[in-house]
Amino acid sequence: MDFPILSVILLSPILGALISVFIPKEESKIVKSVAGITTFISLALTVIVYYLYYTQHLATGGMQFTEFIPWVSDLNVNYSLGVDGFSLPMLLLTNIIGFNAVFSRSWSVEKRGKEYYILLLILIAGVMGTFVARDLFIFFLFYEVVVIPIYIMVIIWGSGSKTKAVTKEYAGMKLTIFLLIGSAFLLAAMIWMYMEAKGLRGGAATFDIAELAMVKFSERFQIIAFGMMAFGFTTLLSMFPFHSWSPDGYAGAPTSVSMIHAGVLKKIGGYGLIRVGLFVLPMGAIAWAPVIAILAVANVVYAALICLAQKDMKYVVGYSSVSHMGFVLIGVATLNLIGLNGAVANMFAHGVMSALFFSMVGYIYAATKTRYIPDLGGLAHQMPVAATGFVIAALASAGLPGLVSFVPEFTTFIGAFKTSSQLIHVLAIIALTGVVLGAVYVLRMVANVLFGPRKEEWDHVKDIHGSYWIPVVSLIFIIVLFGVFPSLLMDMVNSGIEPIAAKFIQAATQIGGNI
Amino acid sequence: MVNFALENAWLIPFLPFMAFVLIALVFKPLPKVSAFVAITCMLTSFVLAIQIGIGVFLDAERFIEEPLKHTFTWFSMSGLTIEMGTQIDPTSAMMLFVVTLVASLVQIYSLGYMHGDVGFSRFFAYLSLFAMSMLGLVIAPNLLQMFVFWELVGLCSYLLIGFWFFKYSAREAAKKAFITTRTGDFGLLLGLLLLQINFGTLDLVKLGEMIPNFTQYGLTASGLTVIAIILFLGPIGKSGQFPLHVWLPDAMEGPTPVSALIHAATMVVAGVYLVGRSLILFQTVPAAMTFVACIGAFTALFAATIAVTQVEMKKILAYSTVSQLGYMMLALGCGSLTASMFHLMTHAFFKALMFLGAGCVLHGMHNELNIWKYGGLKKYMPVTYWTFLIGCLAIAGIPPFAGFWSKDEILLVTYNMFAHGHQPIYLVLFIMAVITAGLTAFYMFRMFFICFHGELRDEHAHPHEAPFSMLIALFVLAALSIVGGLVGMPWLEHPFGYYVRLGHFEHEAPNYFIMFGSVIVACIGIFTAITIYLKKSISHEALAEKYKGIYTLLYNKYYIDEIYLWLIHNVLDGLGRFLWWVDITIVDGIVDGVGKSTQGLGSILRRAQTGKLQHYALVLFAGVVILVVIMAMTGTSSASSMLGGVR
Repeated sequence: MDFPILSVILLSPILGALISVFIPKEESKIVKSVAGITTFISLALTVIVYYLYYTQHLATGGMQFTEFIPWVSDLNVNYSLGVDGFSLPMLLLTNIIGFNAVFSRSWSVEKRGKEYYILLLILIAGVMGTFVARDLFIFFLFYEVVVIPIYIMVIIWGSGSKTKAVTKEYAGMKLTIFLLIGSAFLLAAMIWMYMEAKGLRGGAATFDIAELAMVKFSERFQIIAFGMMAFGFTTLLSMFPFHSWSPDGYAGAPTSVSMIHAGVLKKIGGYGLIRVGLFVLPMGAIAWAPVIAILAVANVVYAALICLAQKDMKYVVGYSSVSHMGFVLIGVATLNLIGLNGAVANMFAHGVMSALFFSMVGYIYAATKTRYIPDLGGLAHQMPVAATGFVIAALASAGLPGLVSFVPEFTTFIGAFKTSSQLIHVLAIIALTGVVLGAVYVLRMVANVLFGPRKEEWDHVKDIHGSYWIPVVSLIFIIVLFGVFPSLLMDMVNSGIEPIAAKFIQAATQIGGNI
Repeated sequence: MVNFALENAWLIPFLPFMAFVLIALVFKPLPKVSAFVAITCMLTSFVLAIQIGIGVFLDAERFIEEPLKHTFTWFSMSGLTIEMGTQIDPTSAMMLFVVTLVASLVQIYSLGYMHGDVGFSRFFAYLSLFAMSMLGLVIAPNLLQMFVFWELVGLCSYLLIGFWFFKYSAREAAKKAFITTRTGDFGLLLGLLLLQINFGTLDLVKLGEMIPNFTQYGLTASGLTVIAIILFLGPIGKSGQFPLHVWLPDAMEGPTPVSALIHAATMVVAGVYLVGRSLILFQTVPAAMTFVACIGAFTALFAATIAVTQVEMKKILAYSTVSQLGYMMLALGCGSLTASMFHLMTHAFFKALMFLGAGCVLHGMHNELNIWKYGGLKKYMPVTYWTFLIGCLAIAGIPPFAGFWSKDEILLVTYNMFAHGHQPIYLVLFIMAVITAGLTAFYMFRMFFICFHGELRDEHAHPHEAPFSMLIALFVLAALSIVGGLVGMPWLEHPFGYYVRLGHFEHEAPNYFIMFGSVIVACIGIFTAITIYLKKSISHEALAEKYKGIYTLLYNKYYIDEIYLWLIHNVLDGLGRFLWWVDITIVDGIVDGVGKSTQGLGSILRRAQTGKLQHYALVLFAGVVILVVIMAMTGTSSASSMLGGVR
């Protein structure tokens, strides 16, 4: 067996968490360094894996760097890892954000710093696990691992809002309950699928996603099971009307949790929806696609309009994240290669861009002790570096070409128009107005927070300094790199999505309809 | 050298980009070095652009037949391939020349104008980034690359309008510019998507061959018309056409060199250039072309009427830019690439000249904006006076100045659409264009006499001439405003239109009726201005009083800004506030309701129970799995033996 590089990537933050346990709690700086080093190791190894896959395996595609250890043999549950062109961008995203989250400033982490970083490391490892799991059971296990630290982190280190009567306890509870209800449906669908597959395969049980995808489930089963799964996954992806946990949760959470949650954790929803929902249950996806498309457009337009009315920076970014997930869902609903490529690339793009956004908002909040937009203004005078990061995040959010999010959005829309469904064409045109609304709300916030006359009350605040430089520089670098050279991302995504998109050409011939 | 330039045209946008990166990352603390780097790169690009111009000029037939293209794949997947690269043909070569020339002059001018500003380095970084974006747009071989750089010039415009971000008005103007043009870009992007879907490519040359045979691609004429009009929304926004013109006058909040470079000579003509590049699309469907012509002519007249009453030099020039852009659109709406590109070029010369002149005045008058505070500036700033006069004569259309030839060309093609194309609506447009010509001459000389003649009205002011570094640009641009139009003289064997054209070249006989007519109209405008503002035979105050209603309407720009503001604050924001209320009260309300009442939760869960045995088995199984997991995690006993028992 080769060097188990994926396991090492996965275990590095866990190891960091274990080491941290033995560090005295007064030394939270050392804990932070441990967290930084272990997440950096994961990041560096992931970059190597990405590079190797990009240069060597792109043509053949498929799962590479696989690891397989039997675990519960009677259920045929296996510790089975691997990455392909779909999971690698997500893994890379997790590591980029995880590493930068450690160095992002949050207003309240000074207290109980040690526990904070330990939970953060567990959280990062859990998210990574979902993306490298080839076994559905393991996937689900990692997903559940993620929910618990989030809850604790929000209610201990979170904050309330000035614009909405929400406490951090409420926000944390709402977020957790939503995700747990969603995951209950997931679990039920998963087990049902396991049983059904066992019957169809003549008693040979499996949780392996690729093997499940080869099972010919009945159409009726697919429709029901996909419905349950889609409920679970789209709740996590904050699809309208199951989105309301997301702005509250992000607003309440400390900076790094917002970054990880908006950046990668909710992408598990999109990842699962495509990897499990679309891949294993294509006929179910065909039946549900129009519903997803309609709700997706509601996401884009509804959330963007709500952003216009927000006066709390974190709520603007929170609702904007809901709005952006609409673009992802439209891509999913196209069920064709181009649209799905767009959806996946969009998940990556939104990940880095919202991480930078939350990082900058969190920094400003920590420095000024307020997120209330009318209190702020003219901050470009006192913090030019943070302002630069803020503006770039805003422009990426508005889909400016040359930054990471333009090509994914363009591709998504091409995919939407390539479908033969008139409904999706109309919906895509409506969703395109989100491009204008997106510019309106981010530029308003930029203007009101950063520009305008100097306010002397903020003369005492310090601009980005010390290790806070790390997220600004590295996230801007990623945003520009993938914006200028989109094929670094698109080629990878394409190789991962091709087998999934192929299912729909098959499925279409099976049910004799058009998609 | 010529061959090197032709083969490496990518260097032209790349050099300013390099300057931007160097300034942003390295030289920002050193203002003088920053400026030096920016100007050096810009001038090198200018030299390369001239080489390309020479190459194209010497071998024009070849470049007209088949543009010189270099492309690479930006990204691709099955069914979608997007390329980037360069395309050299006479039109792009002309634009490269104009953009690099004006950009170089403006950068040199800025050495003086921005001297001592805290953001000196930042200013040159932005100007370089802008030059890169604009040149990337000009040189684009396909519409997607145009769109990419189109958005980037929009970004630079945003950054430069808001350059003095500490000013409330500048920050608002920057935001307004970006959002207004973005509104138009919604249409442009949609149009591009529809073209890509239907024709499978956005390559300019390929589209040019495919679009005339649109029926082969399953499109109807009305479908293609809709695509063309949707696409045209982008240029309406970018080139300040009615009804999205509102951002351009406000954009004057930026430093004056920016107004000259971006909001007069280059970026705002991107819309004209884009329509020119995709003119075949509009020519194929005449209804779309008429639409373009109507928007253009209306905008020309509409903006000219507003310019008559404004009291700030830069605002007048801004409305005049909107009006002249309308002319260019009108020419495109007549299917004449030649006339619009010709006017684009001459306009770049004389409008940049006038903006830079206005910059000198502002510099000398310590940023006093109101022209009624000026007066008699002729005495204090003679160079500015004479060069500004040249600009005014050029825009008014007095021969042999540049504007005369290009404006005449536009009037001619409009008239020909009526006379030879037998489309009566073009007669209306022609009349509108002629009235605009008269108004243009009037408002320009109104401003000119108020500013430069008479006595200085502000007693506290100490006007002085600008430093030499600022005057260089004025000399060059004044010279070009005099002779720049001669290349388009209709008596030449190979005039401007021989090079920059679409389709076959036909020598068009000069129409002396229109030529003399337009000069007479311009002279009427000038003499009216002389009567009112120089000789003061008629009191302008009395006139304003007499036509108070119209005057107020024009002075307030037809209240269009107010209407938009009302719509945004009440309709759009109102909708946002309403939906937020819905989100908090209804969506959240349901969630909280469900959460608080177990009964409610129970009633939902009950629906999940279908009464089927397999579902109950499923729930049972779920319990087992959870048990197994717990045991596997704790490792207390052998999970498999336990499971065996259950089975």
